[in-house]
Parts: sequence; structure tokens; C-alpha cells
Amino acid sequence: MQARYLPYVLIAPVSVFLGLFFLYPFYLVAQTAFYDGAGWSLKNFQEVTSYWKFPISFKNTLWLAAVVVPIQLALALLMATMVNAMKKGRDLVLYIWTIPLGISDLAAGIIWLAIFEQSGFLNSMMHGLGFIDRPTALISYQNPALIFVAIALAEIWRATAIMLVILVAGIGLIPKEYYEAAQVFGAGRWKQFVRITLPLLRPSLSTALVLRVILAFEVFAVVQALGGTLFPVLMSETYAYQFELLNGGAAASVALIILGISIASTIVILRVLRVPKGATI
Amino acid sequence: MKLKVKLTGAVSAIALSLTAVVAQADVLFWSTQAKPVEEAQAMRDQVLAGANMAIDYQPNDGGPWLTRLNAELQAGSGSIGVLGALHGDFSAMDDADLVDLGGMGVASASATFNELAKLGTGDMQYIPWMQASYIMAASKEALPYLPEGADIDALTYDQLIAWAGNIKAATGEAKFGFPAGPKGLKHRFFQGYLYPSYTNGVVRTFASDEAVTAWEKMRELWAVTNPASTNFSFLQEQLLNGDAWIAFDHTSRLAGAFNERPDDFVAFPAPAGPTGRGFMPVIAGVAIPRTAPDMEASKAVVAHMLKPETQLATLRATNFFPVVDVELPGDLPPAVQAAGGAVAKMSGSADANPGLLPAGLGAKGGDFNRVFVDSFERIVLAGQDIRTVLDDQKGKLAAIMNETGAPCWAPDAPSEGACPVE
Repeated sequence: MQARYLPYVLIAPVSVFLGLFFLYPFYLVAQTAFYDGAGWSLKNFQEVTSYWKFPISFKNTLWLAAVVVPIQLALALLMATMVNAMKKGRDLVLYIWTIPLGISDLAAGIIWLAIFEQSGFLNSMMHGLGFIDRPTALISYQNPALIFVAIALAEIWRATAIMLVILVAGIGLIPKEYYEAAQVFGAGRWKQFVRITLPLLRPSLSTALVLRVILAFEVFAVVQALGGTLFPVLMSETYAYQFELLNGGAAASVALIILGISIASTIVILRVLRVPKGATI
Repeated sequence: MKLKVKLTGAVSAIALSLTAVVAQADVLFWSTQAKPVEEAQAMRDQVLAGANMAIDYQPNDGGPWLTRLNAELQAGSGSIGVLGALHGDFSAMDDADLVDLGGMGVASASATFNELAKLGTGDMQYIPWMQASYIMAASKEALPYLPEGADIDALTYDQLIAWAGNIKAATGEAKFGFPAGPKGLKHRFFQGYLYPSYTNGVVRTFASDEAVTAWEKMRELWAVTNPASTNFSFLQEQLLNGDAWIAFDHTSRLAGAFNERPDDFVAFPAPAGPTGRGFMPVIAGVAIPRTAPDMEASKAVVAHMLKPETQLATLRATNFFPVVDVELPGDLPPAVQAAGGAVAKMSGSADANPGLLPAGLGAKGGDFNRVFVDSFERIVLAGQDIRTVLDDQKGKLAAIMNETGAPCWAPDAPSEGACPVE
């Protein structure tokens, strides 16, 4: 086989797979969303956006992503640099840090619920240490801020590792010569990080951010476990439309709205962290 | 490394062969009921084993249950032999998709249930299979706080609020537990208990002045309710861990508490309001989809489910009561005895005001529930003005009733055509 065909042959199976299991279902979902039983219309979109909970769930989803992702980015960068500077035990630390990745998000939500609920670990501990007289319900409709904090904590705990793994790989690719040159010119650790690591990490950063931001807009199981119906997000609206109201059209249109936000944010991230054509690391 | 690869291979081979064994062509009983692992196992070992045929009992959540069923119906061929689900699940289906079971010669002992099972058509769409209801349960620790002169078997809503208030005053904690969690059955409390007890209706009286009073009472009750209730879906858990001392829930969602510590809890009827003691039954049924691979075998399973001895075995397995006439033996599990007593007192009380399950709503059953759940979230949790919320939700309710054309059901007065929201 000629070498120039090889790449196409190699990506063919993936393309077929994506076409069959992503593009075709996507087409069906779009069809469901824009069809109202009689013809093409925006009726489904009007229905879901006029529902009183829609603005709340829209705001919650964006807020959660806006708070969680930057914290995760900072943490992942810090952890990746630390791992990279380690001489011994690097693999062990990486394994331990990535354990939460192996846990399903619903299980992660339930773990954190076991911590925060009325007879949970946090309450028992504070009670045992004498900080509080009796266990109180922490996650309740009276404490919306605490629900938000609990969900954000669970998300940070659960999904920082996915960024970490990508960034560790990215940092490993940066040639050591740059750092040596920087040391020769007397640059400190911080300066090296800002001037060498960050700029050269751009491709990995954009991959990690795109992945993480998309997942943040799809957040569902953790929220469901911790917030129940108190913290509506877009994905829980989709679920409710599909499985409680059996309204596939409305569910499909919320799904398309989530897709729209994801595409918009992906474009922004890719533009901001663009590596100019011709530039290499 | 090589050993690891070999091991992985061996494990996956074993796993594959195991699934192959499970997937053999038995009659597939596709159910939304008896989902907890122990209940599902009891269904297989004690209920279905007596049928002397190979039945594969697979319970699932309502969503996946319907998704697979619809996929098979759309494809025109399938492997599901028998469906087990709630009345509401069946009423959301297209009546052409269920086989008419009228000629089978089996039915429940209750004419009302048999009529409900026709789902507004002339045919038996499903056969009533088992029944339950919602009751109250309390930890014995709560009993000393009962308000003076209150009879636990004939409580009013005011007495319930006072009782939970006494507990809150004495212990500093709100100990009434309400199933307001994501999977909780709170909508049934509003539809079958609160509204009938205060307004003697559900749809007609949705936005009446009496309904405003009902929601005011709900607010009073909520003030003495454990605020974590918005995460409670199965009150047996909270009764057992002490987060709730008094609870309202489905009999099978309270059963765990009675079976685990029978001496610590009491079951009693739901409270009464100005228009009586509203309560509502739960009916599960068995049906056959038109795509069933072996119609005779499916019908044999349905017939087996209605036999008196199967009904008793089902009662032990799931805490759902028989729908046929059968003498209950004395050695039933504590939960069954407790719930049976409470339901009997509830339906036998002088002020009983039994309601029926929503009927004729078709696929709009979920939207109907959402009207009540949204009203609860806006009035009670978000503290919005009751009159404003009810007038707003009223439009949604009226739209659902007009779209489906569902006539009124008890306790609403009968209607010509769609049940009006007055």
C-alpha cells in the first residue's frame, strides 16, 4: 500500500464508528428537537425555555462550570508541576491522584452525600469533636450556597485528575533545554513556569480545557445525588423531559442547547489558546 | 505482563459465557416493580419458580424500561414476553401496543381495578397484579409527643402538625419525614391525600380557595418537617437512622423499617382534613406487548401471577397486597401486618374519602405530576404567593386536561368530556 493512503486507512474505522454512533444519532436528535408532530418548528425550544426552571438551571450550569473549571485548572497545573519535579515515587503519586477517575460520577456523588448528609461523616465528626450540639441537615433547601459548595467540591475531587493526566503528558514533552537556558540567564522557578511551561503547554491546555468544560456542561449524576431537585442543571432537565414527562422533543431540544453551549465554549478555548501555524514546540 | 494478559482474557471469556447463559430464550418478564436486589431475587426464587417454566425476571427503572419496550414495538419484533408495571406506566402507552387480555378469564376481585385496567378503552389492557397504598409510620419514640386527646388511628392534619411541632419543641429537631427527594412520591401526597382531604377534589378544585387553605397547611407541616426531606425518597431509611420519627410514604418504601426493627415502629392511617380522610391506592398490573415472541407462554405467566398462592408469594416478596380474594395467613412479615392494618383502618374509617389514580391522561401523566410538584417547589420551598402560583399552574393543568380529554375521577364529581379546572 502506498504510504500516502495509510493515514486515511488508519482513521477509516474511527470515522465509520463516529458516523454511525455519533453523527447519525445526532441527526435523529436534531430531527426530534425541531419536529412538533405536524412540521418543522421551534415549538420544543419555546416550551423548554419558557419553563420557569429553565433560567435557573441554565444559570446553575454556567456558574458551576465557571467556578469549578478554573479551580481544577489551577490544581491540575500545580499537581502536574509537582509530579514532574519528583525524582522518586512519581508513578505511585500519579496512581493515587487518578483514583477518583476510576469511580463513576454517581458513586462520587454518593460518597460526598455520605459526608455531607445529616447523619453523615462530617456531622458525626463535628459532633464527636464537640463543635456542634447535634447533627444538623447541611444539604437542605435553606442552604443553597452549601449545596453549591458540596457539588463543586465533589466535581473538583472527581474530575481534576483528567486534566492532570493530560497536563503531565504535556509537560513531559517540553524539551529540557529551554529550562537550562532559562537557568543560565538567571530566571527563577516562577518565571520559568510563566514564560516556558505555560506557553509551551498550550496544546495540552486547550485539550484539557475543552474536555473538562464540555464535561462540566454535562454534569448530572453528582448534582442528582447531592442536590436532588434543589439544584436544577440543564442535564437534569433533559432527563426529566425524557424519562418523567416522556417528551422526547423537549429533551432533544435541551440536549441541543447544551451542545450549542459546548461548541461555543470549545471555539473560544481553541481561539484563545491557539498555537500559530508554523510555530512548533 | 503475559500472565496479566492471559488472566484478563480468561476473565472476560468467563464473563461472556455467563451472559450467554443468562440470555437464553426464557420468557422475559420486563418489570418496573420489585427492583431492589432482594425483592427481584425473591420474585425469581419464590414467585416465578412455582410456574414450572423458564422465566427471566428483569426489573428496571421506568425510563430504561420504556425505552427498550418502545424500541421493540417500533422494530415490530421483540423478546419481552410479559410486562409488569404501575397503572401509570401502562396508561402512558399506546393502547394498540398491548394485547387484549379480556378473554383470559383472570381478573382482580375489584371491579374498580378491572375498569381502571381498561385504560378508557373497551379492552383489558392489563390485568391488575398487586396493590399497595400510602400510609403513615412513626417511631415509638415519637408517641409520647402526641397532642392531648389525639387518636393515632384518627389523626387530623392539624393534630399531625401539632404532633411534629411538639417533637420539634422538645428535641430541637424537625422529625417529620416527607418523600420530597428526586425519586420521592410527593406528588401522590398532593393528588391523593392533601387535595381530597381539603378540597374534595383534585382537578376541579385545583385553584379553589380550599386549595389555598390546603397549601397553607402544607406550609405549616413543612415548618415542622426535616428540611433534608428534599433528599428523602425511601422513608424507611430515615426512620431507621432516626432522621425522621414520623413519615408518610408508600407501604413498600416503609417496609424495610418494619421488617428490620418490627418493635420500634407503628403504622397508622393518613390524617383527615375538612372533607374527609383522603387516600389513594397503588395498582401494578401485568400486560403483554404485541411483540411478545411466544404469546401462549406469556399468557401462562400472566395466569400464574393471578393464582392465589402466587399472590401470597408476591406479597411476601414485594410487600404489595393481593388483588384477588385470598385468606391472609398469620405468619406474614411484620411490614405486611403493619401496613395491612393501617390500610384497613384507613379505608374503614367513618370519614374515608378514597381517591383514584389519575386516569385517561395517557403520556401526559408526567406533566400532570409536574403541575403538583412545581406548585410544591414554588409555594413551599421558594415561598411564592399561593394564589399567584395556583392561578399560574392552573393554566398548565387545564391545558393537559383539554389535550387528553380525560374525564374527572374520584373524588372529583364526574364530568362530561374533559375534567374542567374550576
